[in-house]
Amino acid sequence: MALLTATLRSAAPLIFAAMGGLLCERSGVTNIALEGFMLMGAFAGVAGTWFSNSPIVGLLVAITVGAAGGFVFAFWAITLRADQIVAGTAIVLLGLGLTSFLTEQIWGQAGSSPGVERLPTIGLGMNVLLPVAFLLVPITHWFLFKTKPGLRVQACGEKPEAAQAVGINVAKYRYAMVVISGVLAAVGGAYLSIGDLSQFTTNMTAGRGFIALAAVIFGNWMPWATMGAALLFGFAQALRFHVQALDLPIPQDLIIALPYILTLIAITGLLRQSTPPAGIGRHASEG
Amino acid sequence: MTDRVGNAAAPAVEMRGIVKRFPGVVANNGIDFAVRPGEIHALLGENGAGKTTLMNILFGLYHPDEGEIRVNGRPVRFDNARDAVRAGLAMVHQHFMLIPRFTVAENVILGAEGPGLALDREAARERVAELSAQYGLDVDPEAVVATLPVGMQQRVEILRALYQGGKTLILDEPTALLTPQEVDELYSVLNRLRESGDTIIFITHKLREVAAISDRVTVIRRGQTVGTRETAETTASQLAELMVGRAVSLRVDRPPAHPGEAVLVADDLHLTGSQGRAALNGVSFELRRGEILGICGVEGNGQAELIEVLSGLRRPQRGRVLLKDQDVTATGPNRRRRMGLSYIPEDRHGRGLVLPFTLTENVLLGNVEDPPFSLGGRIDYPGIRTLTQRLMRAFDVRAPAPETPAAALSGGNQQKLIIARELQREPDALLAVQPTRGLDVGAIEFVHKQLVAERDKGRGVLLISFDLDEVMDLSDRILVLWEGRIVGDFPGGRVTRTELGLLMGGRSLDEHAPAAD
Ligand SMILES: Nc1ncnc2c1ncn2[C@@H]1O[C@H](COP(=O)(O)OP(=O)(O)OP(=O)(O)O)[C@@H](O)[C@H]1O
Ligand SMILES: [Mg+2]
Repeated sequence: MALLTATLRSAAPLIFAAMGGLLCERSGVTNIALEGFMLMGAFAGVAGTWFSNSPIVGLLVAITVGAAGGFVFAFWAITLRADQIVAGTAIVLLGLGLTSFLTEQIWGQAGSSPGVERLPTIGLGMNVLLPVAFLLVPITHWFLFKTKPGLRVQACGEKPEAAQAVGINVAKYRYAMVVISGVLAAVGGAYLSIGDLSQFTTNMTAGRGFIALAAVIFGNWMPWATMGAALLFGFAQALRFHVQALDLPIPQDLIIALPYILTLIAITGLLRQSTPPAGIGRHASEG
Repeated sequence: MTDRVGNAAAPAVEMRGIVKRFPGVVANNGIDFAVRPGEIHALLGENGAGKTTLMNILFGLYHPDEGEIRVNGRPVRFDNARDAVRAGLAMVHQHFMLIPRFTVAENVILGAEGPGLALDREAARERVAELSAQYGLDVDPEAVVATLPVGMQQRVEILRALYQGGKTLILDEPTALLTPQEVDELYSVLNRLRESGDTIIFITHKLREVAAISDRVTVIRRGQTVGTRETAETTASQLAELMVGRAVSLRVDRPPAHPGEAVLVADDLHLTGSQGRAALNGVSFELRRGEILGICGVEGNGQAELIEVLSGLRRPQRGRVLLKDQDVTATGPNRRRRMGLSYIPEDRHGRGLVLPFTLTENVLLGNVEDPPFSLGGRIDYPGIRTLTQRLMRAFDVRAPAPETPAAALSGGNQQKLIIARELQREPDALLAVQPTRGLDVGAIEFVHKQLVAERDKGRGVLLISFDLDEVMDLSDRILVLWEGRIVGDFPGGRVTRTELGLLMGGRSLDEHAPAAD
């Protein structure tokens, strides 16, 4: 039971980021920036809460920061047509640098913020954002497969020039999806800092953004399957704390590496069968 | 309504003084073009003449640098394709603009999904079914486009055009990929559309099609209008001359062949196709030096598989391939190339070129390991650049520079580049698959001359083409491929279109006599 709730709690932030990444990739933009958005969201959530004394405001600040980060990434990757991997890496580095710097500037101490108030809980150590994460899955599925804009997003991701040929503004849809991915990943970050915990620490996301992206690939760019992958990775993380608590004669480092190793195994084992959106990373030509 | 295409009515489309420049090229250099309502108007021009560019401008995909456009008499400025669609235009693109992973219905409604946020798939399906019934465009709305043959995909494009409410339909080389049967079906669809009052702009290189389907024809050359004619009042050779600017021989000049020893041998090849059906069912033949061996047949009767087995991309389940008396059945494509086998693939974007690469880099493809391209593992770029320039001149590849990416070339020029690359290897045997698909008459004449010249240098040329005329004009021997078997073997010039057509359709020649009218 404890393992189950721990799994759900670890999976939820992954799901936030993964749904954002999924939408973004489905529109044809490679998104390795998720990690950066998450970290910025985690920081902004704490900072907003600290200044306002309200975790709700903190969450709103995180959302705003995520949207802004997404906008910057979209501007680089879409308008300026920068390499999407390079732009994504820049966002990740920017997130890490900026949050560490601001932590020191605001709270005068390196490494972590003071404790702040947390988002309301709904029992079993689960906060209000947890059900939202799981609700996001059917919503993403519905959006992508049952709505008009969803169809267009898919078209932009599969073959941007074909989308353009029927008058779809490819850049507009991609901007929207990138910004949404920024917001969702930032909420995933805030989930960590003001949902699960009550403070920000340097690099507290610890690669969860990348794991979320792995979940998207592992889930073959399908919402439900991606959630399944996120649950699997969440389980690995939960297991890690469990095993650590049991104090088994296994090297600590190995246990800490468990979720990452599992991610690698899952990806290598299943990557061959996955089919990414065909037009990913490609721009529609312009006359 | 006696005067259906009367001069009094405003032109359905009128383009005046259109200029469009790309870096290093003026694609359109003051083009005038007018189409009457309710006519089928052919647009004819050499490869790279600027036809596709002109239509992309009309359809709002490119913005003209100069010139004005009127639709039904009203001046228009399209910012994107949707504006053009709103004005009643629709386009079937030279390279299909369909999403392979979507269903037919999804592709048709994309961009015009109807009101509301939710997608009404049921309504879309019904509307698509309705339209396909109305115009006789038979296609399953639920089928995934990637699984459809090319002719069907084109129907999807036409359906989409109709669904969007297009009254003026632009078709960019719609027949380039179709089998003769599919072409006939397309003609009847177009005629039906004309009868219901739609206007059609039809781009093609095939003079026979101009005569068969169009009311009028406009010829453009090197970005300028040469003239507009009533189709009934011109001849094929007049049009060819207008197009190329010189007299073109529409027939191949082919001295008798002097076949030598066999250079490529297919011995009882068997292969199971993708659907578990036998794609090759015991194919045997000998290609000899100094001959052009033509293989005709309707697409999908084993041509693709035969080529894959001969070029080394796939291994047959049974049978052998001999190249210059050596068993190469288990040898890969690269070794076969180096042993003297060249391959002009049918799909120039898939197998022929790497589109983002420059012309120089594309010439280098498949040649990296051999001098003069490389020496001791180092690639000789300046040398290849010079070679590329020479090939561009010799093969009339029109492009600004060897550094131009292959993607910026017109379709015909891309094809010429591939042919140049393959022929400069001086192969012993040449596999030419649809070597003139999408080429203009001048370029076809050129390619045909090259193939005959290769033959006369003592090389074996295997020609696989869906264009029956091409096979008949060029081949010293003709084989008919049907359901993975050779069902006919004729000396060139001793067989008629009808006879070949019967065999291609899986019938025997005995049926011919009673069927004659
Ligand atoms: N996007 C582009 N960028 C640069 N040059 C281009 C571009 N599109 C076309 N061109 C050039 O403009 C000229 C006209 O090309 P276009 O595609 O209109 O020819 P076309 O008449 O359709 O030829 P084809 O019969 O071979 O299809 C060519 O020289 C081509 O290389
Ligand atoms: Mg063209």
